[in-house]
Amino acid sequence: MSLWQKHAIFEKNSIILLIGVLIVISFGGLVEILPLFYLKSTIEKVDGVRPYTPLELAGRNIYVREGCYVCHSQMIRALRDEVERYGHYSLAAESMYDHPFQWGSKRNGPDLARVGNKYSDDWQRQHLNNPRSVVPASIMPGYPWLARTELDISHLAEDMRVLALEGVPYTPEMITNAEQDARAQASDADAGDLTKRYAKALARNYGGDPTRLTEADALIAYLQLLGTQVDFKIYDDKANLR
Amino acid sequence: MATATGLHGQDKQMTNGELGLIILAVATTFGSVYVAAKAYTPEYAFHAWVLAAASLATVFGVANRYFNRPAEMPQQVIDGKPNYNYGPVKFATLISLFWGVAGFLVGLIIALQLAFPELNFDLPWISFGRLRPLHTSAVIFAFGGNVLLASSFYVVQRTCRARLAGDLAPWFVVLGYNLFIVIAGTGYLLGITQSKEYAEPEWYADLWLTIVWVVYLLVYLATVIKREEPHLYVANWFYLAFIVTIAVLHLVNNASIPISIFSSKSYIAWSGVQDAMVQWWYGHNAVGFFLTAGFLAIMYYFVPKRAQRPVYSYRLSIIHFWALIFMYIWAGPHHLHYTALPDWAQTLGMTFSIMLWMPSWGGMINGLMTLSGAWDKLRTDPVLRMLVVSVAFYGMSTFEGPLMSIKVVNSLSHYTDWTIGHVHSGALGWVGFVSFGAIYCLVPWLWNKRELYSLKLVNWHFWISTIGIVVYITSMWVAGILQGLMWRAYTSLGYLEYSFIETVDAMHPFYIIRAIGGGLFLAGTLVMVYNIYKTIVTPEPALEQAGSPALVPAE
Repeated sequence: MSLWQKHAIFEKNSIILLIGVLIVISFGGLVEILPLFYLKSTIEKVDGVRPYTPLELAGRNIYVREGCYVCHSQMIRALRDEVERYGHYSLAAESMYDHPFQWGSKRNGPDLARVGNKYSDDWQRQHLNNPRSVVPASIMPGYPWLARTELDISHLAEDMRVLALEGVPYTPEMITNAEQDARAQASDADAGDLTKRYAKALARNYGGDPTRLTEADALIAYLQLLGTQVDFKIYDDKANLR
Repeated sequence: MATATGLHGQDKQMTNGELGLIILAVATTFGSVYVAAKAYTPEYAFHAWVLAAASLATVFGVANRYFNRPAEMPQQVIDGKPNYNYGPVKFATLISLFWGVAGFLVGLIIALQLAFPELNFDLPWISFGRLRPLHTSAVIFAFGGNVLLASSFYVVQRTCRARLAGDLAPWFVVLGYNLFIVIAGTGYLLGITQSKEYAEPEWYADLWLTIVWVVYLLVYLATVIKREEPHLYVANWFYLAFIVTIAVLHLVNNASIPISIFSSKSYIAWSGVQDAMVQWWYGHNAVGFFLTAGFLAIMYYFVPKRAQRPVYSYRLSIIHFWALIFMYIWAGPHHLHYTALPDWAQTLGMTFSIMLWMPSWGGMINGLMTLSGAWDKLRTDPVLRMLVVSVAFYGMSTFEGPLMSIKVVNSLSHYTDWTIGHVHSGALGWVGFVSFGAIYCLVPWLWNKRELYSLKLVNWHFWISTIGIVVYITSMWVAGILQGLMWRAYTSLGYLEYSFIETVDAMHPFYIIRAIGGGLFLAGTLVMVYNIYKTIVTPEPALEQAGSPALVPAE
């Protein structure tokens, strides 16, 4: 009996075919995905990466909601021109608290992995409101409604509780103070214990209107944080050779 | 059990399925109204109301069907021939055309938005970031998905010589799947998204799709199991692999925890580099199993049927099947070259992507060579021409794919419009044309017509859309390679030559040309819609009565 005739077992028994398919398709995923969860070399050991503050998290959720990833990557590849254009190549550690990751796949606009602190809050506000007012050739849509829309912070604690469950090191203290911290970070007044809970968190009126807490406050707080957490002056890439 | 007296005096019994579905739908209606009342956002409340309305419609639909149907369930066999169930197939066929036109139109709109950003109108629900997922989902899952549902439910019945299993179940699958589409699509416009490419729908839409998909698998398997044919035809292997693999991919990639049952927001269990790997393992195999395995099943049934030739090689189809499904699943990391994904995973992904070229072309050869001895039909039958050209496009994009997965090539092509061009040579050329070919075959078969309304219009469709595809992909090749080269261009002093915005500006003419290509493709599809509509509504010309000679006036 030739090998070809043995294939009849799959053609005559749909359940055996089904099991065969399941076995054959499982190899690739098992080999490529599972080791990433236990190989220590997957994520570098670096100082400085902390979970998002409640305000930054709210801003990130707006970034997710508006689908920014369809035009902006957050992943600087280890290529000479990218490093010179955008800064140090992205580390796995820098997105380890990102649920979901937002590395993106297309650059209709520039990479945003290190956009933090590159532009002033004022520039960011104007740019979101009307991109072509600051970059005439820009093809980005305007997002004027962000500055008009009140930020909903009433469920931030629930967001953080779920993230804590998924491994983001949010403490119960951080979760209880979520709303208060979000308000404190978006104002020029004394931020209280914010920086004790979130190292180097910067508190200021990001959105420009001190009387209101808007979605622009949150999004700009998030953008200004991007790529600023690791100090590359002291980062030793040799120590993390993989 | 509710009973009623049927026409012939026998007791009409409500089936367990009818009763169970009504009970479930009533429960879902109340549950949805409760969630709608306590929803955190109006957008989520809207979706809860949509679900409530759909459940209520289910209650009325099932009850109405029960009162109008005869007491006996449809027979499995009539006069020795299987009593095929074409209702759900017809529905999925027609709605695929609707979603196709909608998806292509949104594609044209976002193409124009990239050329003329004013077209975003500063409105949230039509801004590019929300419309692009609508476009991709509408064409992949709404258009492609319904073509797969229609063709798989047709092919499994014909090749197994068995009536589709289940009474309400097939309808549950097609209607439930389209409810998923509506929830997903309106969600994007309202800002409800996970922002995971090709897996944007939020947790409740994912959950609903899981239920629908399990029923789909069960209907398919149950039909296969009661088949009259001893062997399962090769198209069914591909459909089966498509259904189970998509289930596995969907479950793993959408493992998320909602913050509350009253909120649309959830957080995916994976993060950072692991999430990236899971996402592209999913994303690439949405291509490999949804857009390839499923549509290869269509190729394996419709090309031989239309050409009236057997499949070229049975042995090649065995190799094609197992090699393809084994290798595709490894290819994901080629979307993450030079990123923070560990090198070993990138290299594995590249290696398998290159090897994948072989089974892909094996399948292409099997499809094309099926025409041996029937090549002349390409001159006379535009439907067959469409099917064959789709296989040719398949060959082209499965050559381009492995090429782009090579790391050095990818360093240029990644993040640019070259990828968009590659995707569209596959999506418009392969998936689009093989679907159109299948629909052109299916409609006359389903509505008992001898031929399409007009083969001439098929010809027009073919040429308009083919020119559209060529214009589209060539403009994107030039745009992508140009932008990639501009990003890495250095001056003689060693500085980067172009700022980012200069590279954006350089894309403008190509974005306009691309929109023209997309517009042509859409125009071709509208020709098809007209042709299909006329095919269905035009009554068959009266058959010539053999035996009774026609009356000829006396001379």
